[in-house]
Amino acid sequence: MNPYLCAAYVATWIIHITYLGILARRYSRLQREIEQLRPPHPKPTP
Amino acid sequence: MKRAFPILAILTAVLLSYALHGALISAPTEQTMGDVQRIFYYHVPSAWTAFLLFFINFIASIQYLVRPHRRADRAVKWIAIAVSIVACLAAVGVAIRPVSYGVQPSAVAITGFAITGIYFVIRAYFSEEGTDALALVAAEVGVVFCTVVLVTGPIWARPVWGIWWAPADIRLTSTLVMWLIYVSYLMLRRFSSSSQTARLAAALAVFGAADIPLVYFSIWFFRTQHPQPVIGGGGSIDARMLQVLLINFLAFLSLAGLVCWSRYRLEVLERQLHQAQAFESLEGPRNSL
Repeated sequence: MNPYLCAAYVATWIIHITYLGILARRYSRLQREIEQLRPPHPKPTP
Repeated sequence: MKRAFPILAILTAVLLSYALHGALISAPTEQTMGDVQRIFYYHVPSAWTAFLLFFINFIASIQYLVRPHRRADRAVKWIAIAVSIVACLAAVGVAIRPVSYGVQPSAVAITGFAITGIYFVIRAYFSEEGTDALALVAAEVGVVFCTVVLVTGPIWARPVWGIWWAPADIRLTSTLVMWLIYVSYLMLRRFSSSSQTARLAAALAVFGAADIPLVYFSIWFFRTQHPQPVIGGGGSIDARMLQVLLINFLAFLSLAGLVCWSRYRLEVLERQLHQAQAFESLEGPRNSL
């Protein structure tokens, strides 16, 4: 395969996958913050 | 809606695989450039997708700015209707004939219908807050696709032109300027803490969008090293190459839609969380009293 062609296709997918990775990381951080914001469950009375 | 997301994700993955197969194997090899010409199947659809996303950002920004003002909102609505009439006339080839720059009525009609369609969808289905979030999401994903264009372009130029970048070339420079404008838009959104940030960013987006037609039409108005358009501008392309190009465009469009959807949900969640945190910080001192 032509090295320039290979470089262009690989670079395209690196850019897209990096962006998707950033989104996934932001989403998991957001989930953590939502969990922290939720009030703690009251202890069950015996 | 929850079921639609995984279905779209599977469809996008299938489309991208099929498009990759088409670009690397099915499409015929170009005679003068050889295999390196296959970069075209990623470079051009990425550029079209970036243009479309920047257009969405432009229309959403206008809508966000005019929505609180009834007269301005009505004026924009009539402009959109006028654009759709021009598109209809162009579609039947009555009003606009192929002009000396090579712009075909079909290209005018598609652009006109796209602008009007996007405008009325945003107007009907998005709230003020939602319109602002959509503008941000479209700009962010558009920058990702524009980055692909700016990276694949020089990789293609090096073996074909013998240089990575032609600084005097207006198509290349205006594309870089467009990318910088939208990066600055994202920086403004990210780092400004003013209550007017959304409004300032929308104004920047409206002025920034002026660069989009300059990028698109620069190859007709100026002498550039960049090749002329192969479709929509009077050029010609092999039927099999065109088919692969359109499949790749559809695949990238689908990917952009999927990413925009996820990013929009993330943005809405983030805004809800910030509101909840603000309420909690207000309630905290009140509870302690």
